[in-house]
Amino acid sequence: MAELSEFPIEVHEAASAPASTQNVVPLLHEIRHALTKLLQSDESTTIDLLSIPMTDADLQALEEALGNGEIDTTITALGTSRIRETRYPGVWLIEHYNVADSLMAKFIEVTRLPEILKADPRDIDAGLQRLSEQLSNNEPDETD
Amino acid sequence: MPKDLTLGEHLRRQGISRRGFLKFCAATASMMAMPPGMIPVVAAALEKARRPSVVYLSFQECTGCLESLTRSHSPSVEGLIFDAISLDYQHTLQACAGHFAEHIREEIIKQHPGEYLVLVDGSIPLKDGGQYSTIAGMTNLAILEETAAHAAAVISIGTCASFGGIPKAHPNPTGAVPVTDIVKNKPVINVPGCPPIPTVITGVLAHYLTFGTIPELDDFGRPLAFYGDTIHDRCYRRPFYDQGKFAKTFDDEGARKGWCLFELGCKGPTTYNACATTKWNQGTSFPIESGHPCLGCSEPDFWDAGSFYEALSAPAADVSKWAGAAIAAGAVAGAGIGLKSMRKRKEAAQAHDPVTVDDLKT
Ligand code: SF4
Ligand code: SF4
Repeated sequence: MAELSEFPIEVHEAASAPASTQNVVPLLHEIRHALTKLLQSDESTTIDLLSIPMTDADLQALEEALGNGEIDTTITALGTSRIRETRYPGVWLIEHYNVADSLMAKFIEVTRLPEILKADPRDIDAGLQRLSEQLSNNEPDETD
Repeated sequence: MPKDLTLGEHLRRQGISRRGFLKFCAATASMMAMPPGMIPVVAAALEKARRPSVVYLSFQECTGCLESLTRSHSPSVEGLIFDAISLDYQHTLQACAGHFAEHIREEIIKQHPGEYLVLVDGSIPLKDGGQYSTIAGMTNLAILEETAAHAAAVISIGTCASFGGIPKAHPNPTGAVPVTDIVKNKPVINVPGCPPIPTVITGVLAHYLTFGTIPELDDFGRPLAFYGDTIHDRCYRRPFYDQGKFAKTFDDEGARKGWCLFELGCKGPTTYNACATTKWNQGTSFPIESGHPCLGCSEPDFWDAGSFYEALSAPAADVSKWAGAAIAAGAVAGAGIGLKSMRKRKEAAQAHDPVTVDDLKT
């Protein structure tokens, strides 16, 4: 049988990156508008990036335009989520990955602090109980 | 999960934190193509949702639809939707349970009349008394009639159940018909595609769970949230179409440069489906990204609509409408492709939706 290398295969350069959909600039205008709203009436805005047709090049252009800010953090709950503040304070880039590490959702949030970062009272309560239990379990040891 | 627990309670028992739940809701809203403003509504509704029973019937089909559905069932965010329903009967998965499985189907009909969902894949043969496809001695027709009679709604999974699909293709030897030819007095949601996109199936289930209603449908019974735009509306090769740059063969310069596949038979302009944005294989790509034209798999009679490689008779009605709109909006000046149409649709969806955060607070 012929070796793979004997087949006359011609390798061409991969197709050039798909053209831009021109959606980046309108999006930046939308973000500017949302920031004004946040400042004037403390109203938050969320933009679902996966619902807008954009090529990988567009997404990259958008991320470059927004840049990196002071916060870059990871949540570990049902897979990871990456929450980054961009160079424009109040503009956040949020990516949710599932356990298999594929992207489930991608948002721009224009808000002072994304809701998902705050600890929820029910989780705080559950944690409080765990801590109390641990302390009461330890008590006999300490008195020995 | 015990049936009396709400979804929120169930998830907390599984140790899923509020952050995990919020992430699940955000991904679900995005999957349902809902405006992000609806995320708190989705969260409030899913928190209180109770899981419906689901009976899944497979008729004349290739099991590709079930493959598509179960492949999305990884321990992931989408997987939670499956935790949230109670898939009580699926005879392909329960084949070895035999009569016991049939008994469960009968029990669901008796115990939850008007409350369970029926999912169907495959078409139903009517010729010669329906003898071409039977399960446990019953024809597909008899099973469907019996099961659908007391269902809350029927969801046709895939093109065969929705429109007849390949079994119904000329010369249709078994006299195959779609679900809508048989179920007349129940809401039927068509989720066509060959196979249908897993996130679209889960999106429809999520809508039912969230709102307890069926989503807004188009003239073919397809949920508008997923079938509201053509592949062409959201295709990344669209700028080349607008510039008149077409690949003429599969290996010419245009093909290598990623130009539009219209002349190679692309049915994107007349095909309503979501794969251009949801993609296939965990979001890897969709067929046009592999250089292959769209076959039109989510449209009625796509199998009999002429060669897959013959160009549509141009210009198709909405092609000319679109080209005109692109010029009017100034494609050169940089109007965003699809951005406006998506927005408008989402706003419409929002306007039609009767549920608000305030409704759920009361
Ligand atoms: S004809 Fe097909 S390849 Fe060309 S832009 Fe439309 S959907 Fe994309
Ligand atoms: S590209 Fe067309 S034929 Fe292919 S999966 Fe998408 S809708 Fe179906």
